[in-house]
Amino acid sequence: METALSIVVGLLFASAVYLMLSLHTIRILLGVVLLGNSVNLLIFTAGRFRSDVPPIIPIDSYVPTTDVANPLPQALILTAIVISFSFFVFLLVLAYRAYQDLGTDDSDKMRLAEPVGDDTPPQGY
Amino acid sequence: MIALVALAVPFVAAVLAPLLGRFLSRWLAIVLSLFPLVLFLFWLRLVPFFTGGERESIGVPWIPSFGVEFSVLLDGLSLTFALLVSGIGTLIVLFAGAYLKGDERLPRFLCYLFLFMGAMQGLVLADDLIMLFVFWELTSISSFLLIGFERERMASRRAAIQALVVTGLGGLSLLAGFLLIRYASGASSMSELLAMENGLRDLPVYLACFILVLGGAFTKSAQFPFHFWLPNAMEAPTPVSAYLHSATMVKAGVYLLMRLQPAMGDTILWETVLPVFGAITLLVGTILGLRQTDLKLVLAYTTVASLGLLVMLTGFGTEGAIAGAVLYLVAHSLFKGGLFMVAGGIDHEAGSRDLRQLSGLRHGMPLTFAIALLCALSMGGLPPFVGFLAKEELYYGLVGDDAWSMALLAVAVIGNGLMLALGFIVGLRPFLGKDMKAPKKAHEGPLDLWIGPAVLAVCGLGAGILYRFFHEMISIPMASAIAGQPVPVEISPIPHLSIAFYLTLLTIALGVGIYLLQDSLRAGVDRTLTALGWGPDRGFDQAIAGLTTVSHRITYFFQNGRLDIYMTTVFCALAFTVLFSLSFFAETPALPEWPALAIHEWTILLIIVVGIGTVIMAHNRLTAIVSLGIQGFGVAVLFMLQGAPDLSFTQFMVETLSVVILALVMTRIPLAKTDHRSNPEKLVDGGIAILCGIGIGALLLSVTQTPFDGRLSEFYEQFSRTIAHGRNIVNVIIVDFRGLDTLGEIAVVMVAGLAVLGLIRIRRPRIEDIATPTGDRS
Repeated sequence: METALSIVVGLLFASAVYLMLSLHTIRILLGVVLLGNSVNLLIFTAGRFRSDVPPIIPIDSYVPTTDVANPLPQALILTAIVISFSFFVFLLVLAYRAYQDLGTDDSDKMRLAEPVGDDTPPQGY
Repeated sequence: MIALVALAVPFVAAVLAPLLGRFLSRWLAIVLSLFPLVLFLFWLRLVPFFTGGERESIGVPWIPSFGVEFSVLLDGLSLTFALLVSGIGTLIVLFAGAYLKGDERLPRFLCYLFLFMGAMQGLVLADDLIMLFVFWELTSISSFLLIGFERERMASRRAAIQALVVTGLGGLSLLAGFLLIRYASGASSMSELLAMENGLRDLPVYLACFILVLGGAFTKSAQFPFHFWLPNAMEAPTPVSAYLHSATMVKAGVYLLMRLQPAMGDTILWETVLPVFGAITLLVGTILGLRQTDLKLVLAYTTVASLGLLVMLTGFGTEGAIAGAVLYLVAHSLFKGGLFMVAGGIDHEAGSRDLRQLSGLRHGMPLTFAIALLCALSMGGLPPFVGFLAKEELYYGLVGDDAWSMALLAVAVIGNGLMLALGFIVGLRPFLGKDMKAPKKAHEGPLDLWIGPAVLAVCGLGAGILYRFFHEMISIPMASAIAGQPVPVEISPIPHLSIAFYLTLLTIALGVGIYLLQDSLRAGVDRTLTALGWGPDRGFDQAIAGLTTVSHRITYFFQNGRLDIYMTTVFCALAFTVLFSLSFFAETPALPEWPALAIHEWTILLIIVVGIGTVIMAHNRLTAIVSLGIQGFGVAVLFMLQGAPDLSFTQFMVETLSVVILALVMTRIPLAKTDHRSNPEKLVDGGIAILCGIGIGALLLSVTQTPFDGRLSEFYEQFSRTIAHGRNIVNVIIVDFRGLDTLGEIAVVMVAGLAVLGLIRIRRPRIEDIATPTGDRS
């Protein structure tokens, strides 16, 4: 399972990178979602698959009675999913507003803060 | 111990100057001049204890872990410098009070001046090498503040930056030199260095130490080819020029060389390099000085020349040469400080410093004329002034029967002749001739404007007449400290027939000749230099311009404002880092076996892969969004199958939301149907992406092939119920064991939410409105 998932993580990551290398903000957004999934799976896989029993302690015991799935990566990923989602929403709204104000979704044309051709350094003292 | 306290006194005055400035506007300078006066008397009181060549080091630990001490070294050399710093400092503070009378910037100016005074005093008294370096840098910084005092003028800013860059670079060189000396010899202070049997001469790194120390000394003391910053520093107010750039700070380099003479001198390198650079500086300084018409610039170039002469004599290293250097150093501080203040007084009262405008000032300013003449006579080396003693002694010291001595002697005679002429150009010419049409009606300034130069001029005369006392108290202790052994100094102001006397006559004849021919010589030098057209000063401008251009290019290369280039850089770096470290440390994963999975697991993985593929290939944005959802749900199902129901639920929720929001927003944006990239671009981006994917996949595979350390997971499993009373271990970790982290996470979500809200609610003007600020803003 680890082997198969390593390959899937690699695939997810490669697709995310490919999309994020695009100029269009929408594709970059899709890439961000894929990147999040890829990293979550990476953490999950690195925690190994001992068992597919959820890490819940039976009602009549103080410790898990059987082998359970590793709870630590699950806790990490739970946080990561929420954070990457809020990050994604922020980026999405930013891209949308940028489109509204600048009239483009091409990141190369968003040059308001750093205009093109401004390449003479200030001289003098 | 009280000597250590004395180091702090000028800094106290620096703090007091702005505080007292409000209450004592008229009396500020006079009150504050008491500080250096007390210091002067304090050092003066110590002088009799060190006349026999005694040396004493007093210190307390400063940074014990690095073996750095806060210590002072008292001997003839440091005491003479301390007397110059505090004595001339007293007069300069008085003079500055008159020069900037009524100027609201006076408290700030005096603050900087005292800051410098403290730094300079610390420099000449410091025993520990690191402490000396700290004060050395402080003088550079305070010099920067003082040169750039009139910060609204660009010439002033440029001069300040130039001085800081040149002396600052020299300071770094000096630091490297000191650290090397500490490391190689084990001596951490001057007194330890001087106590060593053979100094640094036998060290294998002597050459490196020599070059690094010289880098500091030559930049500070404006030796050719670093001489150019000193004349530019004349942009500073005249009290600064008189104090820092003639009497004290620029002598720090000479001080350093004199101080290290017993430890580093007496080698072929030392006795060749120093005289050669000193001689070149002497000639360059005097010849360039001849070209100037501004009184302060003439003086500045003679200062450069004098520093050259001092370096030359220090490097020559015979007892006579050192005695000559000592006498000349003291004489120079007295007459040059005085002449600078005279030039400032003329500027202040007659409204000009230009030689071509000034004439006939003897009527309006007779007292200033007398002072200027006294200083010029001392500078010209005429008896019975201390300048005469210096010149006689240095001629004696240089006389020899080999070609080397003869060459240096010739340089010294020519240089002194030129300096005599330049001294009289400043001290005599403006006062002669018929009355001028000055910008201001020239008249004598108030007492505090001429008392400073008057005291210095009288000291120059007094030291010459009371030469026995002067030698006993100042010259002999200082020369002995430099030479490292007792040096007799007996020169008297009574002319007696000898080779030195004939050379003095020759110098005077030369000087008078140059003085009479000055106008045609000035035109000649001017023509030559204009033809040459380039000098280190312009070179400095070019270097700075080149530096800004290069750094701008580099910045622009990396920060060009293009997102795709940033992304490409980041991912290339990522791929390289992962793949390189995997292969370099031989951690590439072993080839795994074909995974044995159940049919439903294969199906889920296949769904995920298809989902990813469709996102990339999709021509239709809705297809892309839906496929994004498919792979997300696939991941969620995978979580479910692997015993992570919480993850699964969250993932389902988040994916659904993402798809809905994306679909809502994306339908409002007209999307290009296909990828904008051309095929070669796709190939490059695809290549980078595949490399990244391989890297991350291999990394993960490599991780899973190492043994698993489950201690932390076991900890949570063990204590989830017993300590935190929760059965769902994942939830307990999130809300209990790592509760604070979760709080941070909630804060992140909240901030993102607020940012989204802000983006949606605040309407910025459209781009066209920004471009035309006159647009309708209603």
